[in-house]
Amino acid sequence: MQPPTPLQTAAHPMTPVSGRVLRRRWETDDTFTLDIEVAGGRPFPFAPGQFNMLYLFGVGEVPISISGDPDDPSKLTHTTREVGVVTRAMRRLRPGDTLGVRGPFGSAWPVSEAEGRDVVVIAGGIGLAPLRPVVYHLMRHRLRYNRIVILYGARSPEDILYAKELGQWSARLDVEVLVTVDRAARRWRGNVGVITRLIPRAPFDPENVVAMVCGPEIMMSFTVLELHRRGVASERIHVSMERNMKCAIGLCGHCQYGPHFICKDGPVFRFDAVEDLFRVREF
Amino acid sequence: MKIHTIPEILGEVPFFRDLKPEYREFLAGCARNVHFKAGEFLLLAGKKATHFYLIREGHVALEMEAGNKVFSIQTIGEGQILGWSWLVPPYTWHYDARAVEPVSAISFDAKCVREKCEKDPVFGYELLKRFSRLIAERLMATRIQMADLYQ
Repeated sequence: MQPPTPLQTAAHPMTPVSGRVLRRRWETDDTFTLDIEVAGGRPFPFAPGQFNMLYLFGVGEVPISISGDPDDPSKLTHTTREVGVVTRAMRRLRPGDTLGVRGPFGSAWPVSEAEGRDVVVIAGGIGLAPLRPVVYHLMRHRLRYNRIVILYGARSPEDILYAKELGQWSARLDVEVLVTVDRAARRWRGNVGVITRLIPRAPFDPENVVAMVCGPEIMMSFTVLELHRRGVASERIHVSMERNMKCAIGLCGHCQYGPHFICKDGPVFRFDAVEDLFRVREF
Repeated sequence: MKIHTIPEILGEVPFFRDLKPEYREFLAGCARNVHFKAGEFLLLAGKKATHFYLIREGHVALEMEAGNKVFSIQTIGEGQILGWSWLVPPYTWHYDARAVEPVSAISFDAKCVREKCEKDPVFGYELLKRFSRLIAERLMATRIQMADLYQ
C-alpha cells in the first residue's frame, strides 16, 4: 500500500497549505507538541512514519515527523525538540497562530506487513514521536497482531516523552512496555541502563517479529546489533533515518544518503537497504 | 507446587543453562536462597566481595554517590547476575546495590566458588568465560551510556 501523497489542496508539493495551531503542550523541558488544523478543517490523511515540512513565515521550514493518530485525520500532531532557529520560534506559537504545512512526505512503517506477527517498537529519546502513530495503529487493530512490545529509552526520567501515555499502554494486559533511563535519582523505581539491555528479555519470537526502530543513529546502530544477536534478520528490522531535508520531494539532494534520498525513499527503510551505509562516517 | 532445587533453577537461567550438570551441582554446593526487603543493600562499595547473586525476583539498583546525590546507574533484574568483583583481586565492591523492591536471589559464596575454580581449571574456565561475557556486556553498556545516545 502506498502512503498518502502531499495534500491535494496545495497547487504543488512545494506550496504549503495554511495550518492553524489548536494547542501547544510541553512534553519535557525542551520538547513540545503542536496540534494543528489544516485550513478549512480539511482532513489530513497520513501513514505512520511520514513527515511534514512545517513553515514558519519569515523564519524557515523544518521537517518534522507526524506523531498523531493516523485514524484521526482531523488534526495534525507534531512533537519536536527546540534545537534550531525554526523550532525555537515554533515553541512560541499560540493557539490561533498560523504556519505553513507541506506534506505528508516519505515512506511509512510496515504496519500491514507486520500483521500476524509479533511487533517490537523500539524508540530512543524523541524517536518515540515518529513511532507513536504506529502504537496508535497497533492498539486500534490489536487483533491483527501477535505480541506487541514497546521498548523505550530516555536519558533520565524527566526526559521521558509521552509519560502519561506510556503509563496507559503499560497498564494494558495485551501489550508489554519496558522503559529504561540512562541515569536516575534514587526515587526512580524503574529500569536504569541502556535500551539495548531490554532486548534480550523482551518477549517476542525473533523468527516471527517485525522490529521498528527510531532514535539517534548511534542508538539504532547498537539496537540493531542486539536484535541481530537475538536472531532477528535485517529484512525484518526497519529504521527511520534523519538527514537535512529541504525540498522533501527528492529534487534538491540535501538529504542524499548513498543511492537514497531520505525524503523520498525514506525516512523509513528496511534495514537491509541501508545496512552498508549505516554508521559510515561520510554518510 | 513443585519446589525447584538450586541446580534445577540454574539450569533454567541463560547464564548457567549450557554449563554441564555436574558443574551446576558443583556451584549449587556453594549457593543458598536469600531474600531482601525493599531498600536493603545487597552490596556496599568498598566492602569485601564475599558473594555474588543470581536475581530470581524483583530488581536491584546499582548506585553511586556523586556530589551528595545518589544516582542509580544500572538495574539488575530477574535471571541476571549481580556482582563480578568477587572474581578479580582485591575482591571489593565498586558500587552499592540496593533492592528497589523485595528481592529473592541465590547467593553464591565467592571463596567457595573460587576454590572450586582453582581445583578444577576446566570448570574455572567455563565460569570465567561466562563472567568475561557479562563484564564485556556491562562495559559496552556503560560506554553506550557515556555516549549520551539521546542528545
